[in-house]
Amino acid sequence: MHPHRKRKLNIILLILMVIALAITLTLYALRQNISLFYSPLQLATEKIPAHQTIRVGGVVVPGSVVRGTGDLLVHFKITDYRRTIEVSYRGILPDLFREGQGIVTQGQLIDAQHFNAVEVLAKHDEKYMPPEVKSSLSSASQSNLPQSPKANL
Amino acid sequence: MIAELGLFALCWSLVFAMLLVIVPTLGLWYQKPTWCKASGVYVLGQFVFVAIAYLCLTLCFLRNDFTVVYVLTNSSISLPWFYKLCAVWGGHEGSMLLWVAVLSLWMVAVCGLSRGLDDAFRVRVLVVLGGLSVGFLLFLLATSNPFARQFEVLDSVGRDLNPLLQDPGFLFHPPMLYMGYVGFSVAFAFAIAALWMGRVESSWAKWTRPWTLAAWCCLTAGITLGSWWAYRELGWGGWWFWDPVENASFMPWLVGTALIHSLIVSEQRQQFVAWTLLLAICAFSLSLVGTFLVRSGVLTSVHAFAVDPLRGLYILIFLLIVIGGSLVLFALRAHTLQRQDKPDVVSRESALLLNNVFLAVTMLTVLLGTIYPLLIDGLGLGKLSVGAPYFNTLFIILMLPMLLLMGIGVHLRWQRDVLRTVVVRLGWAVILSALLPFVSLMCFDRAMTVPIYAGLALACWVILSTGIALYRRVQRRGLTGLTFAYLGMVIAHLGVAVSVLGITISSGYGIQDDVKMAPGDHIQIAGMHIMFVNEENLTGPNYHGSRTRFDIQDGQRQATIYPEKRVYDVGKMPMTESAIDVTPFRDVYIALGEPLDETAWSIRLYYKPFVRWIWGGGFLILTGGFLALIDRRYYLTRKTHDMVIE
Repeated sequence: MHPHRKRKLNIILLILMVIALAITLTLYALRQNISLFYSPLQLATEKIPAHQTIRVGGVVVPGSVVRGTGDLLVHFKITDYRRTIEVSYRGILPDLFREGQGIVTQGQLIDAQHFNAVEVLAKHDEKYMPPEVKSSLSSASQSNLPQSPKANL
Repeated sequence: MIAELGLFALCWSLVFAMLLVIVPTLGLWYQKPTWCKASGVYVLGQFVFVAIAYLCLTLCFLRNDFTVVYVLTNSSISLPWFYKLCAVWGGHEGSMLLWVAVLSLWMVAVCGLSRGLDDAFRVRVLVVLGGLSVGFLLFLLATSNPFARQFEVLDSVGRDLNPLLQDPGFLFHPPMLYMGYVGFSVAFAFAIAALWMGRVESSWAKWTRPWTLAAWCCLTAGITLGSWWAYRELGWGGWWFWDPVENASFMPWLVGTALIHSLIVSEQRQQFVAWTLLLAICAFSLSLVGTFLVRSGVLTSVHAFAVDPLRGLYILIFLLIVIGGSLVLFALRAHTLQRQDKPDVVSRESALLLNNVFLAVTMLTVLLGTIYPLLIDGLGLGKLSVGAPYFNTLFIILMLPMLLLMGIGVHLRWQRDVLRTVVVRLGWAVILSALLPFVSLMCFDRAMTVPIYAGLALACWVILSTGIALYRRVQRRGLTGLTFAYLGMVIAHLGVAVSVLGITISSGYGIQDDVKMAPGDHIQIAGMHIMFVNEENLTGPNYHGSRTRFDIQDGQRQATIYPEKRVYDVGKMPMTESAIDVTPFRDVYIALGEPLDETAWSIRLYYKPFVRWIWGGGFLILTGGFLALIDRRYYLTRKTHDMVIE
């Protein structure tokens, strides 16, 4: 082969290899690190493999937050106004975690009624509702819906 | 009255922006130099009126004019004045106004500082920038008027600025970031103007590189500040979360980094020209996509202000026109820019090409992780999120060869080099960087894992190899032979190594502990003695809460820090104000969780060794960029006006 062409071929091969490696790694890493979102109703009706990291979101049921004594274990219930699931979490809850607030938790399902959270997410401000929770609530009964942010304006 | 004046000024700036697009374009078409010359006046006019609009909005904030909806939702009577100044960009409308203001500022700078440029080219650059201004000004006026009034709520004290944003970091982070984002528009305009002309002058890269460097420096500063702010304020001790909004600023930075490297090749060797143009288009497109992702509220995060489909639609169409249009133009014209003299495989050109490939691939993986949830949701396949481990894994894997390459690349010569001489030259650097981490970890008696070893060894490698390159340069040319650009490269590369050290050590040996503590309790962490002394009430201008005192005993060193829990009065929103004991080699970070009973709190403790080095490295990278920016060669050519036509 012409040396000039050979050189060109080498460069192209090198670039292709880097890209192929990147794509393989990307797809592999993506598969490992995706967590799907479920509402409590979906948890009750759909079959979800245990030990898979998922996200569950809903509104914290008022009066359901129970703290352990001595350590940082906390139990609470989250609901989409159709089904309710009990969540246990060990650690510090975020500032905006409160009863009646829409939150998202990430962790693993123990059984159909119990969820073990390793992360609790409650961001933004007190008027804010996570979009996943909002869309799962809007398919539930409207009467219990907390005010949407726009309703205040 | 002030708000109306602001709106009026905004309308006028739109008129000037439109004139800037139309008149010089017609001037180019009908060959009327006087029409082209008018562009300077329009740029100035647009700038003055945008500045007036911005000042008006600031005045509305300072005067607590709550009939302006935007002021009502983002300020309150009790907000301190300096936060009022930056509350101007605390919401969607104001941040878009800041965007336009920053764009106008860059335009005035381009207009004033590029007089040495060929007129036909300079006018085209300004027209492209004018077109972008029209897009954003229309967006402001049509969908997000910051001066809109309301007369329903008249007795309000204001809804207050989001407490998360009430932090000194917010004074500097957004403007810097915007300077960077918007600054890439200049490189973009230079690229489009070159494609429009249908040819690239040999001095094109020389003109483009300082502007790109300036934007890149601002973006670097913005990202570094943002990371530091997240560490203090938002993140409970984390400094990077792969949050979509962080990614939105990081992607243009990656492409911008590739761009300043490929511009070197275009400038010195007249090669990679088409690729450089494509990168310039990509860098700005990613800035636009970033703005779109963040501002349309598609993404859930602290930074997303509002959900309004009309805005989303507008930005989507705008993106389509700008990105689609420029890519089509590129596809039509790029093939005319090919050069023939191909460099050898072992050459600096190849090293810089590989650098570009890695940076581009890294950007694509970040992009994929960021938009994947959106794509899946858009296709109705369910809701999911991509976790930080995805980004960490890929980023680290892609950065390892990149750092390796960085050490070799700086030693290679242009056009052709012999790999063997470089290997011989760097032989002992390789051995030393393989041994040093091993020895130092043994000395400090720390456990070693593969990622930590790799990180330390590569950081050593970059430092040693860059040091050798600097030494050889001084040996050959003397101290006076060092240009600012070369010095900038050395410092920026060392900055990367310093950041890598910080990241490796803080994530490898950092300790996190969540505990329950009451006043009088103490705890041992990383050989330090930490005591919860007391708790007292706290009253601030627009908040109240608790302030606790912790004493830290670290060997001979005594320190006292005061973590706080604040509740902001207007929104009743609780906020954690963490406290940090800082030394160059470690941070002790304490944040209050929640009160558990009468006296006890849940408390998060961090011991983070070398965490300051992460931002130290960022600062060095910024310094390097700045040094390269003030290199003499960019200012010498301006006097000679040598625009060589191919």
